[in-house]
Amino acid sequence: MCLAVPARIVEMENDKAVVDALGNRWNVRTTLTPEVKMGDIVLIHAGFAIAKVDEEDAKETWELIAQFDEFQQKRDESSKES
Amino acid sequence: MLNRIYEAQRLMGAACEALGRQINIMEVCGTHTVSIFRNGIRTTLPERLKMLSGPGCPVCVTDQGYIDITLQLADRDDCIIATYGDMIRVPGKEGSLETRHKPNVKVVLSSEDALTLAKDNPEKTVVFIAVGFETTAPATAVAVAEAVQTGVDNFCVLSGHKLVVPAMEALLSEKNHKIDAFLCPGHVSVIIGSDAYIPVVERFRRPCVVAGFEPMQVIEGIGQICRQLAEKTAKVGSIYDAVVTPEGNTTAQRIISEYFQPVDGYWRGLGSIPNSTLKLKTKYSRFDALKRFGVDEVPGEDLSGCRCGEVLCGLIDPTECALFEAKCTPDGPVGPCMVSSEGACAAWYKYGRGQKRNS
Repeated sequence: MCLAVPARIVEMENDKAVVDALGNRWNVRTTLTPEVKMGDIVLIHAGFAIAKVDEEDAKETWELIAQFDEFQQKRDESSKES
Repeated sequence: MLNRIYEAQRLMGAACEALGRQINIMEVCGTHTVSIFRNGIRTTLPERLKMLSGPGCPVCVTDQGYIDITLQLADRDDCIIATYGDMIRVPGKEGSLETRHKPNVKVVLSSEDALTLAKDNPEKTVVFIAVGFETTAPATAVAVAEAVQTGVDNFCVLSGHKLVVPAMEALLSEKNHKIDAFLCPGHVSVIIGSDAYIPVVERFRRPCVVAGFEPMQVIEGIGQICRQLAEKTAKVGSIYDAVVTPEGNTTAQRIISEYFQPVDGYWRGLGSIPNSTLKLKTKYSRFDALKRFGVDEVPGEDLSGCRCGEVLCGLIDPTECALFEAKCTPDGPVGPCMVSSEGACAAWYKYGRGQKRNS
């Protein structure tokens, strides 16, 4: 339940923001992280940014998520072939 | 990366040798439980190093009495139940929120969605089923703050928010003395900070290491714990420095303490733990579902034979419960640890069957 994903702030007005992770966009609140600004990467849990994240660390997670997708695709293709 | 894995394994081996007995490390986070199983980490550990899945899944630790209140409120025509998806399949005395097929039960992704439901349905009272640890509690507090500001009176909160550290202390002081160390939850620690574990380290002399959820972090977290065990030290450590600071998210902590106060609360398997549950402060009691509907929270009794309570304390493995796999499966769960995808029983069922080592 305490899952959280890193996402980049692409729109922001007061404590309401739109974030983007790998092209997926959604609305979040930045009430708990008043120091963040447009373009920052934040960790999102249950609709709230809970921490600011380093660019490098976020990239690592995004790459991992992209690899899951790739893996899933390959698995689906190979199951179709067999 | 391989070098880091070898180093962690070397530390684990050294700890097993230094202690000369089985080492029990408890992870206190459902996301760790799943990461450990899904990545096959259990099978790579030394035979004498055992991972115990502790009370780290909010759905699992929620007392039966609380579940029964959610069902009772769902029976009211004047209520809408707004809940995180994990909760709807947990069985109470008579069915679950899901099996009762009530149209007034709505799954939400955030506390804000629950508040929006209230604004959209002024003729009903929306009850937000607020479970979760310190990671989720601030979101509930913000929703209450907004309800106050915007004058939304048909919104209330059934708070079952739990605090992690009191549960760790209750385990060590009463329930399970065999726990040698804790792998501490990553995202709870973002909020409370790694210094929050200092009392556990000082009072009980058990290493506490915060780790993230990627396999490498989990392996290195276990490695760091083993280094401490071999050296017979007990410190707070963290290998999730990217987002976890010693002091934590102080804004979130301030918001929690503005709206909530810790009170004694019931946990499945652990019973009543002092100052472990967050309830709304008196000045916000009009948003407290228990007060609004005049309901008392009493500890629930589970007569199904389910042993989730012992699983949560690390006293038994899920396979030792007679219901596991026979009467209790992810499709037809009897206890919450099989309902939640982050529960120990569900993880064990999905990934752990057939794994002979460390079981």
